[in-house]
Amino acid sequence: MSLQEIILQQLINGLLIGSFYSLVALGYTMVYGIIKLLNFAHGDIYMVGAFVGFALLGVFSTAIGAGWLGIVAAMLCSMVLVGLLGVVIQRVAYRPLLKAPRLSILITAVGMSLVLYNFVMVLTNGEYKAFNTDLGFSGVSLGALYITYTQIVLVVATALLMLGLHWFINKTMYGKAMRAIAIDQDACRLMGINVNKTIALTFFVGSALAAAAGVMAGVYYGSIHFFMGFVIGLKAFTAAVIGGIGSIPGAMLGGLVLGLLEALGTQLPMVGSEWKDVFAFVILILLLVFKPTGILGKSEIERM
Amino acid sequence: MNTEKNITTQTRLTDNIYAGLEKKPVLYGIFALLIVAVLLVPQFANNYLLEIFTNTWFYIVLCLGLNIVVGYAGLLDLGYAAFFAIGAYTTGILSSQFGMNFWLTLPFSILFSALSGVIIGGPTLRLRSDYLAIVTLGFGEIIRIAARNLSITGGASGLIGIERPYLFGIYLSKIHHFYYLFFLLVILAVIVSYRLHYSRLGRAWQYIREDEDAAEAMGINRVQIKLYAFVIGAIFGGMAGSFYAIKMTAISPETFVFTQSAMILLAVVLGGMGKIPGVILGACALVLFPEIFREIGQMRMLLFGIVLLIIMIFRPQGIWPERRN
Repeated sequence: MSLQEIILQQLINGLLIGSFYSLVALGYTMVYGIIKLLNFAHGDIYMVGAFVGFALLGVFSTAIGAGWLGIVAAMLCSMVLVGLLGVVIQRVAYRPLLKAPRLSILITAVGMSLVLYNFVMVLTNGEYKAFNTDLGFSGVSLGALYITYTQIVLVVATALLMLGLHWFINKTMYGKAMRAIAIDQDACRLMGINVNKTIALTFFVGSALAAAAGVMAGVYYGSIHFFMGFVIGLKAFTAAVIGGIGSIPGAMLGGLVLGLLEALGTQLPMVGSEWKDVFAFVILILLLVFKPTGILGKSEIERM
Repeated sequence: MNTEKNITTQTRLTDNIYAGLEKKPVLYGIFALLIVAVLLVPQFANNYLLEIFTNTWFYIVLCLGLNIVVGYAGLLDLGYAAFFAIGAYTTGILSSQFGMNFWLTLPFSILFSALSGVIIGGPTLRLRSDYLAIVTLGFGEIIRIAARNLSITGGASGLIGIERPYLFGIYLSKIHHFYYLFFLLVILAVIVSYRLHYSRLGRAWQYIREDEDAAEAMGINRVQIKLYAFVIGAIFGGMAGSFYAIKMTAISPETFVFTQSAMILLAVVLGGMGKIPGVILGACALVLFPEIFREIGQMRMLLFGIVLLIIMIFRPQGIWPERRN
């Protein structure tokens, strides 16, 4: 392949991986926007989403096969179940601590993350699970490039989910309530908005999107394991910061930017794929030094 | 803190016991007894027990270091194992590849851990405190991946055959040598922690932890003071790492995974952030718990996570918390 084709191929890969980052980053940014909490367990929710999808696909494949129909059914069910898990986590672990010092709730989030991934580790004996589908590798070739139909469908599905979220946040009453709570929680309470329910809803939507990303990542990579949420959690956070934390379009943009930067960065001489993760974290640190508000974020004076 | 309503009569009773323990003559008496007991242990303990005790001393030093960052200054550091790794690799590389004496590598290990503390802390401490948590988490991964992929660190298999040093003419090779050496480190770490806590700097940390804006209004340089805490914590970690390297004589990247950082954090939180006896208790629990419950194996971290959650929700001040007036 010529250099140009390698770069194009990497752009396509970057776009796809970036869209997973975007979906996970949305959950970070929504929760952060509404209660100013870095939900460390969010990467693990993505991982749980992948495993729930895996289990459901196993059930569905006997009834309706592991083609697109089965995958979509598994993904939707996983989104609902994991969304509910997100609500339960919020209710049990975070809500009692909303008024406590910030350090307590951060440590609780770390504890939640440990519980989720160790639980899945014990359940799966720490093994990789093959995400078997009937999709195959058919696709279209453009010159030396080859794009599978799976890749195309995954990108389209991500775009649809994001459009849906955009509609939900901007056009529905619930979305309006979320945006209002992000600005002033006490005023919302006075206006008769059910703040606790809206926070729970935010966790539901964020976790459901992460679960969708988890199932799609399973389909794309073909295997899943309990530790997959750790690195993507860090990267999705980086993506959220790139876009400007708290900003929903920022998270979508940030994920794509990070995916593309990573795909191209690993093509640089001296930066092999084993340094891919380091590359993302170095971007994060540089960004925090030079532009901590990100591309679309509002500058905010620190309030403890 | 939101603790008042959680304190039941039972915990109030334990608080009274702690308050009794904290009276000076009682405290010194207990200290003297403990030190005599610790010095006598190698006379009749077997190697297995000594190994566990040495491990405990080692984790106490690490936990006291992290306690300065988390307990004193109220900053969340999720990549503490990175500093531990930097110390261990500095000693490992300098002694095995440059033939340097262990004692001469110590200043370098302090220098490098402090320097990385400044590089990581400098930019991040200006921002909201949660950023520090995620950046340290990322930093921990960077160090581990770098250690796994560089040739100077021995790649995935790590460094082996790190030379052990002489101390007062004794070649440190037996487990009881390390037992005493690490206990000496514990005493040093306790003294430094104690002195820091009651210093001007310690009061500034406490102020910042309780109310950052008020502290700044009183003329405390917020970023600088936090950076001191972060860097001193890093130096503790680096020193502990150097001594770890000579005790084990071999180090590998997988020692420094996130789980390691999380466990040290758990010990600090479990014992009581900011309180030296509490943190020591937490470190002991961290080492002894898996030794006593051998059969749980894989379940260990799951249980740790659950314990962490339960503490944060029901007793965020830890087992032996700092008394605040």
